[in-house]
Amino acid sequence: MIAIVDYQAGNLASVRKAFDYLGQESAITANPEAIAGADKVVLPGVGNFEATAALAGPLQAAITTAIEQETPLLGICLGLQWMFESSREAPQLRGLGLFPGECEKFPVEVKSPHVGWNQLQLRGASRLLHGLPENSFVYFTHSYRAPLVESTVAGCAYGGTFSAAVERGQLFGVQFHPEKSGTAGLRLLGNFCQL
Amino acid sequence: MLTKRIIACLDVDAGRVVKGVQFSSLRDAGDPAELALRHSLAGADEVVLLDISATYEHRSTLLDVVRRTACQLFIPFTVGGGIRSLDDAAAVFDAGADKVTVNSAALADPALIPRIAHRYGSQAVVVAIDALRISKGKTSPFGVKATGGRHSTGRDAVEWATEVEKHGAGEIMLTSIDRDGTRGGFDCELTLAIVNAVSIPVIASGGAGAAEHFVEVFRDGRADAALAASIFHLGVTPIGALKRELQAAGIPMRWPC
Repeated sequence: MIAIVDYQAGNLASVRKAFDYLGQESAITANPEAIAGADKVVLPGVGNFEATAALAGPLQAAITTAIEQETPLLGICLGLQWMFESSREAPQLRGLGLFPGECEKFPVEVKSPHVGWNQLQLRGASRLLHGLPENSFVYFTHSYRAPLVESTVAGCAYGGTFSAAVERGQLFGVQFHPEKSGTAGLRLLGNFCQL
Repeated sequence: MLTKRIIACLDVDAGRVVKGVQFSSLRDAGDPAELALRHSLAGADEVVLLDISATYEHRSTLLDVVRRTACQLFIPFTVGGGIRSLDDAAAVFDAGADKVTVNSAALADPALIPRIAHRYGSQAVVVAIDALRISKGKTSPFGVKATGGRHSTGRDAVEWATEVEKHGAGEIMLTSIDRDGTRGGFDCELTLAIVNAVSIPVIASGGAGAAEHFVEVFRDGRADAALAASIFHLGVTPIGALKRELQAAGIPMRWPC
């Protein structure tokens, strides 16, 4: 069972719908035991980094337990950002620090938020992105972005290049919305289900 | 490169897709779920479903249509029409929408925008502005109408656009009432005036009739996205052919997709 972590940060129905379509059992849950015991964990989320404050405590403990058990974890959008150390959007909060660095705003030369379809620049082997062609289009909607790191498996160019996808071991994060990215997104979610 | 978006709009009344000319004279164009899927496969970057009747009796029909449409659509899906409260928005999100559009209710109570944005994020709140040219504008020659273009609001379109951005709108869906349904081209001046006033994406709507109209609104109106309805449903302009033509004209498109 795939646990979709519910911390009241946006609409989780579309992530669930994509797993339904792929024939994978998933549940939207805020129950720490269900999260710690899940086969896979998805951490979605939209909006301000402040929303991740709701993860502090039992939910974070459950996610940490899942990570220690090497349960595959997929952070989407704000979920990916929370896997980094922090964000300038809410500097008083800490992320999980699974990937190094701080999320920051787009430079003033480009319009923000970054909304729409942009292309993936693949960097090295990735189980999550397996089968996705170079320059695949995926759907983004965000005002802050994560830096390029050693674990970046896809970058995206918009006012400079940022991390569109990161991957290390059983940890995966995507800044875009695979559940809204057409066939490329479904392929990615299918890869995650196969892990 | 971030592409310009082509958005297919389904105007729905009592569970069926209809299309009016300048907000009137409706005719049946098919089943919303079927059309949405067809547009998605044809290359639409997003689908918008507008409930244009939005009467109380039709709300449950609408939610059923949203559910049926959403379960096979994996591109952004926006639903609007008759959303007056956070509860109305929540019902539509629960049924599978990714974004909602608010229009008349936001004009009456702008605090509705931050109420929905706080719960679902700004990216999920699209404010629809029905604008028209007026002889004596306040700061621009464009006014704003409410309730499907029926009532004047006394507001200036540029002022209202900057206000909704401050309230936390994620995007603006800008319809030219003068051009809607005419297939005579988008109002590029109106679009540019709004684009220059805000930093959030602006979706141009009203007047799409041919590929060159899209080129104009992206190039001259600097729109982030352009929306059309009848030309796609009726097969006048296939989306794939449109995207190829726009790409050839130097407009970045998600194609092939």
